[in-house]
Amino acid sequence: MPDAGEVLATATTETDRYRLLGHPTDLGAHIAALGPAPLPTGANRGWRDAFLALMEASGLGGRGGAGFPAAIKLAAAQGGGPGGTIVVNAMEGEPASDKDKLLLIRSPHLVLDGAQLLAAATRARRIIVCVPEGRHHVANAVRRALDERMAARCAPVPEVMVHPPDRFTAGEESALAGWVDSGRSLPSFRPDKGVALRIGRHAALVHNAETLAHVAMIARTGPAAFRNRGLAEDPGTSLVTVSGAVEHPGVVEIERGTPLIDIARRALPAGEPQALLIGGYGGAWVAPRHFATPYASLSLRAIGATAGVGIVVVLGSTACGLMESARIVTYLAGQSAGQCGPCVYGLPAIAGDLTRLARGEADAGLLGRLDRRLREVDGRGACRHPDGAVQLARSALQVFADDVAAHAAGAPCPYWNRASQFRFPVDAAAKVRP
Amino acid sequence: MIRILVDPVACDAYGYCAELLPEAITVDEWGYPIVDGKPLPPELVSAARRAARDCPRRAITLRERKSGH
Repeated sequence: MPDAGEVLATATTETDRYRLLGHPTDLGAHIAALGPAPLPTGANRGWRDAFLALMEASGLGGRGGAGFPAAIKLAAAQGGGPGGTIVVNAMEGEPASDKDKLLLIRSPHLVLDGAQLLAAATRARRIIVCVPEGRHHVANAVRRALDERMAARCAPVPEVMVHPPDRFTAGEESALAGWVDSGRSLPSFRPDKGVALRIGRHAALVHNAETLAHVAMIARTGPAAFRNRGLAEDPGTSLVTVSGAVEHPGVVEIERGTPLIDIARRALPAGEPQALLIGGYGGAWVAPRHFATPYASLSLRAIGATAGVGIVVVLGSTACGLMESARIVTYLAGQSAGQCGPCVYGLPAIAGDLTRLARGEADAGLLGRLDRRLREVDGRGACRHPDGAVQLARSALQVFADDVAAHAAGAPCPYWNRASQFRFPVDAAAKVRP
Repeated sequence: MIRILVDPVACDAYGYCAELLPEAITVDEWGYPIVDGKPLPPELVSAARRAARDCPRRAITLRERKSGH
């Protein structure tokens, strides 16, 4: 735990408050504002141990979806020996997420400093930045940053950028490590997730871009400044992309524990939201009675949601939550890696059930069949892609229960053929129209 | 205690396992196995070993687990 006096000291001035956004973009300005990344000089066992202790003291959880403690991943990677790879995961496959794109465009050096620190802490020999093919504005920003660092000798461990395919599941950490290793962008079946990932014969440490930016900030500010934001059990700030029925969609930085509705309000909702989608397309709908729920792992779990990646989508009053859910599950079905039967066949079946329900075309057995399919598909993929679709569909049936009853009785949603309030990649959007 | 593990990537829904061990394995509507997740009763262990051995995709493994986990 941080020293209490230290916490108070950081809390006194607004300008000293821990934050990720708003730092300079260019390397010179970045170093002038924040100082160089506090890297060790030479091989230094004591520094590596101290760095692990720093990560433990911060309580930083991964910001890529699973929220896994960064210190535990670091300890596992340190145990894997030297010569490994740090993978910067900037795949951001969630269509409603922009936070990692924003970070790499605005503060690429923060993300890369975090990767250098973890490389030093694990004695890794290379850093690989993964930006999906075709995402040129991000790739250009990263390229510029890598060139600056090379010229200024700020990259003691070599940093390279690669471009995996732009698919929803390509950013899943085993799929990403697999692609770097062998060019196959497929999640692997790992019954024991505690075993460190490997690329070739060496350990691979895969981290979301935002998580790495936090690592770089915490290394400079110390753990107290980070813990001074957010909750004791879920500390720090998080980047959240707010979209949907709002006037100012975009990325906001919030303290963990901020009520969901306050996050939505930062983007100026157009009218009273009907529901909020939290955590992404594999996340969960949240009904108005839970709008005050703190954005934190435990609180969200208690209402059947997950923090997931930082995403809040506002559903306006003139939208059909079931139809939107059907579109989302159809999209997720199309993004399956295509390896596991329950995902390949189950997700299209669930999407079809939801679509028929929203259109008032349900047969008598639909709700029972859908319930069975949700139970049977859950947890039966190599990765958690199908589980996310199931969670989304289940939460839709609960949050829009009144609509479910009406539509199941044959009344289609008056809004079912309205344009979606959600973002889908262009090619997928063509497919998901009913 | 022994647990049955299905590798969903390897599995191609041949369905032999559910025929050889219907007490612990059923199939979903597309023919993919669903394991009930309960500890395997000792009298079913030899049938489970056969299901694992006879799977054309080698998708079934038996995992020894210490009780309490």
